[in-house]
Amino acid sequence: MVPLLRKQSEVGPVDQVGIEERVAKFTTRSIKKKSKLWGLMRAVTMVDLTTLEGKDTPGKVISLCHKALTPSDDRDVPPAAAVCVYPAMVRHARKELGAKSPVRIASVATAFPSGQSPLKLRLEEVKRAVGDGADEIDMVINRGLFLSGEYHAMQDEIVAVVEACGKATLKVILEVGELETYDHIRVASFLAMEAIREGDFIKTSTGKVTVNATLANTQVMLEAIRDYYLNTGRAISMKPAGGIRTAKQALHFLVAVKETLGDEWLNNSRYRFGASALLNDLVRQISKERTGAYQAPWYFSEAATAY
Amino acid sequence: MSRLAITKTPKAYVGGAFIRSESGRVFPIQDSQSKAFFANIPQCTRKDLRNAVESAAKAGAGWAVRTPYNRGQILYRLGEMIEARSAEMVDALTHTTATPLAAAKDEVSKTIDLIVHFAGWADKYDQVLGNSNTVAAPYFNFTISEPSGVIGIIAPDAPALLGLAAQFLPAIVSGNSVVALASELAPYPAIVLGEMLATSDLPGGVVNIITGFRGELVDTFATHTHLRGLDACVNQEQAIKLEVGGASSVKRVKIRNADGAWADSVGLHDIRSFIEFKTVWHPVGV
Amino acid sequence: MKVKERRSIKPPKTTKTATTAALQASPKPNKSGAALIFGDLWEYDPAPETADPKIKSEYSLFIDGKFVAPKSGKSFPSINPATEKKITSIALAGAEDVDAAYQSAKRAYDKTWGKMPGRERGKYLFRIARLLQDRAREFAVAETIDGGKPIKESRDFDVPTAAAHFFYHAGWADKLAYAIPAQKIEPLGVVGQVIPWNFPLLMLAWKLGPALAAGNTVVLKPAETTSISAMKLAEILQEADLPPGVVNFVTGAGETGSALVNHPLAAKIAFTGSTDVGKLIIRQLAGSGKKLTMELGGKAANIVFEDAPIDQAVEGVVNGIFFNQGHVCCAGSRLLVQESIAEMFIEKLRRRIDVLRVGDPLDKNTDVGAINSREQLGRITDLVKEGVLEGADLYQSVCKLPSVGFFYKPTLLSNVTQSHRVAREEIFGPVLSILTFRTPEEAIEKANNTAYGLSAGVWTDKGSRILKMAASIQAGVVWANTFNKFDPASPFGGYKESGFGREGGRQGLFDYVKIS
Repeated sequence: MVPLLRKQSEVGPVDQVGIEERVAKFTTRSIKKKSKLWGLMRAVTMVDLTTLEGKDTPGKVISLCHKALTPSDDRDVPPAAAVCVYPAMVRHARKELGAKSPVRIASVATAFPSGQSPLKLRLEEVKRAVGDGADEIDMVINRGLFLSGEYHAMQDEIVAVVEACGKATLKVILEVGELETYDHIRVASFLAMEAIREGDFIKTSTGKVTVNATLANTQVMLEAIRDYYLNTGRAISMKPAGGIRTAKQALHFLVAVKETLGDEWLNNSRYRFGASALLNDLVRQISKERTGAYQAPWYFSEAATAY
Repeated sequence: MSRLAITKTPKAYVGGAFIRSESGRVFPIQDSQSKAFFANIPQCTRKDLRNAVESAAKAGAGWAVRTPYNRGQILYRLGEMIEARSAEMVDALTHTTATPLAAAKDEVSKTIDLIVHFAGWADKYDQVLGNSNTVAAPYFNFTISEPSGVIGIIAPDAPALLGLAAQFLPAIVSGNSVVALASELAPYPAIVLGEMLATSDLPGGVVNIITGFRGELVDTFATHTHLRGLDACVNQEQAIKLEVGGASSVKRVKIRNADGAWADSVGLHDIRSFIEFKTVWHPVGV
Repeated sequence: MKVKERRSIKPPKTTKTATTAALQASPKPNKSGAALIFGDLWEYDPAPETADPKIKSEYSLFIDGKFVAPKSGKSFPSINPATEKKITSIALAGAEDVDAAYQSAKRAYDKTWGKMPGRERGKYLFRIARLLQDRAREFAVAETIDGGKPIKESRDFDVPTAAAHFFYHAGWADKLAYAIPAQKIEPLGVVGQVIPWNFPLLMLAWKLGPALAAGNTVVLKPAETTSISAMKLAEILQEADLPPGVVNFVTGAGETGSALVNHPLAAKIAFTGSTDVGKLIIRQLAGSGKKLTMELGGKAANIVFEDAPIDQAVEGVVNGIFFNQGHVCCAGSRLLVQESIAEMFIEKLRRRIDVLRVGDPLDKNTDVGAINSREQLGRITDLVKEGVLEGADLYQSVCKLPSVGFFYKPTLLSNVTQSHRVAREEIFGPVLSILTFRTPEEAIEKANNTAYGLSAGVWTDKGSRILKMAASIQAGVVWANTFNKFDPASPFGGYKESGFGREGGRQGLFDYVKIS
């Protein structure tokens, strides 16, 4: 296939220093009182509570499901958006959550995290995960095809996964840490958005490489979503993942959403956080806001004893 | 029977051409040795000055973008031309400025040496005056210089050649073009210089030499807004006129002491008088 | 919350994906009819900065290391432009006071400062930098209350950069011989300085740093609407034990300024302010032989090519004109955008300024603060009206303005041409005039079609074009793919009627010494 070299010039370049200065401004927003509480609560509803480890067991996944349903003893705190698990764990999660759960089940299919297995096997994995009860599939793009300029082939694979998903929502992981430049992230975002359905997500990272979601690479993707939406009317959703551990960080990410995409993206059908430790920090900070006292970690379920 | 000599009609040097004043006015000068009539010199007007500024502006754009190496070579060539015709220049000095022969020879030699000195600066002054700036952010930042534009020069009465040279050389070495009013008392060496400039490789219009009376032209030098700088040997009253008039267009005005040590001027800082520092920022990223 | 109905869209077939509709540079933006909603779903609560600015109820003059009352006993009020309330009383210095300041500066030059080894002078400047850093938050709040700029800017830019200027120049004090190629370098003597109201503290540092490093002593007049930071800095100078008379502050308006620039003891006058006043000073000092540095007005072009990093360019253009409410001499007040992307780019600019938060300068979330004075607000309002009368299209951000104080909405004027008054005159407010161009040559032509030459911006992804544009634009500072960046190591100053001399960097030192 002839590489489509025109892609970069079509979507325009991104200046690294400029975008990093832009997102630094989000971190100077001071979110206090009611607006802080609203942001924290909203962030809870956006968490894809994740466990993606070789040592995952049904037991671990079951406790994760419970944590997602009731993140806090404070019953005003809403459930998280989803649990995110390996395909082999989907059926355990489905069993625990039942057929009608407020918490959705997401699964990282497609030979996560490298994606380096034959397409046929990856598609099979997707179908199995959906068959086992996954509501959402988090796939990885073929970075090899992207970096070698075979954009069409990379898109073809995404289209194939979309078909394999059926009714399940798809999240396309660009693995921005391996794409390295913001220019690449912008191009890959557009390529992915063209191949997926409205309501599907683009997602930053697997959480398995050195650089995961940052405000800057997320901003590149938010701006791509914005430009694509304004040109086509198709709203694509966003999921930063990996590295977002604190409530403060999450609020900065939401500030970026508010000021880039506006109110319509401030909900969990348009925006998710792929995270594990984040949920407990959110509920800790919610508790602090409501009681006025700083909280020790052991008040919160599934928390480590250290911060 | 002695042959009747053909006398030269001295003319101003504007835009690479030899011109009379548009007014047709002239003033006579004497042979300083014989006290006899020597020649009629153009008595240039405000309009002549204006035309000269236009020539300078036209030529300046191209001169400024020549490589510094090329400007250096052209200046050196000018030095060669004057050296080769130094007898003629010495003659002009001794006949019209009352300069004794030895002093005239010395002035011509010093002028040539000054030209060579500045020729060598052409591709170096910016290395010495400019630099990169280490800013506290991910930016590549550097400061370079650019010529100011068209510079007006009012030469001292004496030394008629060396004074003028010490004024126009630092201006043109950086890519400015100049309009110079020659010594009022002794304009002839400047006219001969114009003839030598015309046969050097210096593009016409880079150096324009007009002749006439300071009193008639100082106001126009002051207020012509296209002149971006002035380098003037004038009296206090004229200096004030130049500075007051120059204020309207924020000119760079340099008033010189007429008894300056011309030959050993601090060349670098004379160049600095008519350059503009430009600082450029660019992000460093991938 | 409004949620759009979702349209089901089939995954595109492979062969279709190539015909992407998602061209950023599409000439017709928003052809889908889609719009973003920047509503009040999540409002930020007020987040006022509460640090105590420690402003006294009245300020006297700072002469010979002491706070002294003006001979006349007169004073004038300093107003908070965001509330229109009086903050404090500022002493009005007369000619006698200015003379006392010069005498004190001369004594200090002759007896202490002029003789002091550079290494010792540098140590004082380092001390001042440190003391300013210690009291950074207090100074930031004072600066915001006095001038109306957002606390975010005074806290993150003005105060730290001011400290950086002292720190940078401290290091030069004993290294002048390395900075300036010459046989002999000497200080000038007493330097008179006059600074404007847009960066009261930063301009102080900007002026004092190189003057003191080079061994001069100083008499300085802050702008009459923003004198507080100078008087607060005087406290730091005392704490730093700076020898009396090395720095003297005289406060007041035009008459004080006139006495200052015309004083016979001034060896040099450094002025930052309007071009009109600058020209007046040059005329007044004609024939005096005093050295001059002039930092005057600007009407900078910010040139955006079609291949630019668009969102960063939008950000840079916004930062270029709305930073400090546009009260910036180097503000990018003329946007020159390539015709092929103009419509899209303006659309993006509108969307961006709609999320700028205008209001209480002390609120940490405020992006655009108060206009410095009622007079300035009137001038901005009049010029914009005239722009509209001349046929420009007006767009103002959707923000709500506070009911008291001097505020103006971020404003875009498009369809502006070179002959519009808003394209030629410095507005000194949050108003961007938008022009278009077709080719690089036209961009250069338009950028240089001004009497000013302070700064310019160029946005393009093409390296060779950046260098060509940077070389062709007559401006003292060219920001390529960025805008409004400042650093003590980076010289600042203009071409043409934007003034002469440089401040900052190595070249800034040239203007504060006698070279022979």
